[in-house]
Amino acid sequence: MSLKKEADEGITFDTFMEGVWRQNPVFVMVLGMCPTLAVTVSAVNAVSMGVATLFVLVSSCLLVSLIRNLVPKEVRIATYIVIIATFVTLVDYIIQAVSLSLYEALGAFIQLIVVNCIILGRAEAHASKNPPLKAVINAMGMGIGFTIGLLALGATREILGAGKLFGFSLFGEHFQPWVVMVLPPGGFFVLGGWLLLFSHMRSRSEKGAAHE
Amino acid sequence: MNEPTPVHTTPSNKIIVTMGLVASICGVLIVAAYESTQDAIANNKRIMVERAVFKVLPGAAKVSEYVATPSGIQALTGNVPDGGVKFYAAYDSAGALKGIAAEAAGKGYADMVRVLYGYDTQCQCIIGIGVVSMRETPGIGDKIITDKEFLKNFDALDVRVNAEMSALMNAVKVVKHGTKQNAWEIDAIAGATVTTKAVGRGINESAQKLLPLLVPHVAELKP
Repeated sequence: MSLKKEADEGITFDTFMEGVWRQNPVFVMVLGMCPTLAVTVSAVNAVSMGVATLFVLVSSCLLVSLIRNLVPKEVRIATYIVIIATFVTLVDYIIQAVSLSLYEALGAFIQLIVVNCIILGRAEAHASKNPPLKAVINAMGMGIGFTIGLLALGATREILGAGKLFGFSLFGEHFQPWVVMVLPPGGFFVLGGWLLLFSHMRSRSEKGAAHE
Repeated sequence: MNEPTPVHTTPSNKIIVTMGLVASICGVLIVAAYESTQDAIANNKRIMVERAVFKVLPGAAKVSEYVATPSGIQALTGNVPDGGVKFYAAYDSAGALKGIAAEAAGKGYADMVRVLYGYDTQCQCIIGIGVVSMRETPGIGDKIITDKEFLKNFDALDVRVNAEMSALMNAVKVVKHGTKQNAWEIDAIAGATVTTKAVGRGINESAQKLLPLLVPHVAELKP
């Protein structure tokens, strides 16, 4: 049984690092692009969105993993969606309670975490086949990887488009903001730049491996 | 999905029980989260309103919500009734009426531009505006927050109500940059006409609706 074998494999460092680096959701798998492009106009927004997604990802993977042997496979996707939607609703309330201005900045993208394919993908591909601890560690890695991806975009766009980082002015009064970077097209420019960098790095390391 | 057609299927009562169980757990979680965050959310909303009102009516210290209807004005409880207009009455720390604040909305370049304006009952004019929400182009449309010359329009924008108490004496109008002549005109920002017009139209619409209902009853607003 391949399922059984996978579950018996221990928790390694790679269980965590898979999502942070090797299978990074933003830069390698290119998943969840809708929030990635839409909310990364500033570093604060990017980190908040990343943390909200991380919370939903970890909690729903935990619950999915706990009930993995109870759920009949015919209705597993429906069950996962209900669980994910529940945690998204929790996050929605929590963000409103923490800061309304942040809630307005993130807008509809909080509710849209429900359809973020990273979360359903993790629940289906990993949490439903692994014990809770392993599922949580893997989900945490993915969530942190996603947050890092968003922060990389958000910080770049905020620096170029507003001359600030986390709201602090970097270049003084004479900086002329590159406004397009905080507009929707800027999201694509910056994402393109990061993807270029990552695939360049990957092709170099593959070449290096081939030489050895 | 890649597996061969399953030979045995799960009995439907098991499916129903599992789904019911999961749904109940989720329901409990949502209710718990709602109950525990409700107070904080209400508090946040109140603080946000107060901060916005204090910005357009400097010196105010207390805000109450009211609604103006054709039959008079009363404190707002629950939802705004049909034909009613919601507004905020602001009082200073001594308890005297400092002014009225109300919301105006106009269609801008990207989305609705929502502003809050402060109205002074003495001079019957608008004495300040603040943006509640907008998605205008950064660097162009957002000049309505930063452009000092534009904000000067709202030092004393004339919104007197006519003698019949049916409408404003002069409708608020946005005019081309540099051609403002009357106290009820708004000088547009060159290069951000769409956004300025949205603000002007929104204020005119809201003032035309609210002020004829409010002005005859202003005296009732003493705390």
